[in-house]
Amino acid sequence: MIRTRGLTKDFVVSRTETVHAVRGIDLDVAPGELVAVLGPNGAGKTTTMRMLTTLIRPTAGTATVAGAEITTDPAAVRRSIGYVGQGNGAGHVQRAADEIVAQGRIYGLDARTARRRADDLLDALDLRPLARRKVSDLSGGQRRRLDVALGLVHAPRLLFLDEPSTGLDPQTRANLWDHILRLRAERDMTIVLTTHYLDEADTMAERVVVVDHGRVIADDTADGLKRTLAGDRLVLEVAGDDGRPADVGSAAARLAELVARVPGARDVTVDRSAVSARVADAPATVPGVVVAASAAGITVATAQAIRPTLDDVFLALTGRSLRDEGAPPDSTGADPAADPTATDPQTRKDAA
Amino acid sequence: MSTATLTPPVTTSTATPAVRRSWFSDVWLVMTRELRPVVREPFSVVFGLVQPLVFLGLFGPLLVGSVGEQGLSGADVWQWFVPAILVMTTLFGTSTTGANLQQEMQTGAHERMLVTPLSRSSQLVGRSLKEMVPLTAQAVVVVLVMLPLGFRADPVGGVVGIVMLAVLGIGIGSLSYALAIAVRKQEWMFWVVQQTFLFPLLILSGMLLPLETGPAWMRAASTVNPLRWVVDAERALFAGDLSATAVGWGWLAALATAAVGLVVGVRTIVRSTD
Repeated sequence: MIRTRGLTKDFVVSRTETVHAVRGIDLDVAPGELVAVLGPNGAGKTTTMRMLTTLIRPTAGTATVAGAEITTDPAAVRRSIGYVGQGNGAGHVQRAADEIVAQGRIYGLDARTARRRADDLLDALDLRPLARRKVSDLSGGQRRRLDVALGLVHAPRLLFLDEPSTGLDPQTRANLWDHILRLRAERDMTIVLTTHYLDEADTMAERVVVVDHGRVIADDTADGLKRTLAGDRLVLEVAGDDGRPADVGSAAARLAELVARVPGARDVTVDRSAVSARVADAPATVPGVVVAASAAGITVATAQAIRPTLDDVFLALTGRSLRDEGAPPDSTGADPAADPTATDPQTRKDAA
Repeated sequence: MSTATLTPPVTTSTATPAVRRSWFSDVWLVMTRELRPVVREPFSVVFGLVQPLVFLGLFGPLLVGSVGEQGLSGADVWQWFVPAILVMTTLFGTSTTGANLQQEMQTGAHERMLVTPLSRSSQLVGRSLKEMVPLTAQAVVVVLVMLPLGFRADPVGGVVGIVMLAVLGIGIGSLSYALAIAVRKQEWMFWVVQQTFLFPLLILSGMLLPLETGPAWMRAASTVNPLRWVVDAERALFAGDLSATAVGWGWLAALATAAVGLVVGVRTIVRSTD
């Protein structure tokens, strides 16, 4: 469905400064896949998507989207794809239903089909009561659902979603995803989305492509990424022995030795009474370690098996956390199309 | 690229119709989409209809008074002035096309339209022609109101005149659209540039006051102003002089404006995304 080779985009900011927004991306997306492109702001996610949707021309490289080359036959690409950009696609002075019908007509549907599809989408996306409302009177979440309706009205084979849920509250995000996933199942759509919400990439996408500094740095299922790049964390705490810290310390040290013997365990650290380590499968490791500790006379008070997040993956890959940074220092201006709202504290809070 | 592959496996029983694209239907879609909010809020239309009348009512008598001394009757003055007012309304209406676009660029509506299969030029032409629909209504009202005052409008010439204004409007509207895109980083610039061009074009077209009484440099400057040729042509057309040389020059000026507008407009859209 998508095949890119060496896709590159440089933005000439001034005579002395060129921003290399995308530096040679090779990406293959098969029909029916749901792929999330994950990365910090300025990583090149949006620029990549804007090239694939024919909004900007690549500086170098090639890309075939839905069977057509983006530079030589952009018209064919535009006919086959749906696109939900970062902004709101509906005109503010228009009425919600009018925009969906007009969009359908633009994609070549006859008036009756366009109206029927618009009706279906209004129902599917809970927009029915707002059909005759002016777009400027809709709330952010309502507008976002309308954006998705506009992207779907012509039943595209391939849908691009650029940060579809930025700025939405968790409830609205969940609703929006319900709708998208149901429509996808009905229509056998391929979906490519960008997001900086870790949980969104984690739970929705079947495949996660991690992008940083304009390059693909990892590409796998969310589980695969976590398994190979981060691993589970096991945290055990030995029982305190009422006012004898020395004993606790030695118990913890002996426990750490036991943990270190677990196959595949690494990064074993001791912090007072707590022992933590990276292991392949933390929940399966807990019983064995507890039994061994008990046999050695150590009482394990608490045991935690912590599954890694995609943030741990990003941390392992880059040494930086996606969660902490709104934008890395060098990303300023790297993506002129980046949504300004993407750096506000509200969205960063949600990124957890 | 076979069209068969474009048909997605939809659950609906009727197959998606084969996509037939024509440039004219694209223009029609863009124009009707733009017109829909206008129709939904008819107050703006009514207000728009009154505007040229107010102008005629306030400026006309002064003009009659000042050129009347030269022996022209009131009816002659209207014959001279009314067609010019229609050109002025076209200029005002289509030169603000870009302002409508500014909001759509801020949100994401313009970007969404650029990803659709609509051709770039159809978006320029559709948006410009949208301004011509209320203008045609204004023209009809103006003519009807002026008839009792001695204004004489040739029906065929009038219709041809409106079509010529539509062609001119495509050019001005496309340039306005291009301007909005070019200054999208500093939106206030749009109005600065628009106003800077508007008044010289207006005055150097001989719309409001005859250029014949002006200095030679003004008359020279007016020859490169396409509006001046269109204004002359409109006067001839409304007077029923369809075969006048001025009409030929008017068509040339209107078509040249449209061609330049479309070339500049499409180029600006393409370049803006790089």
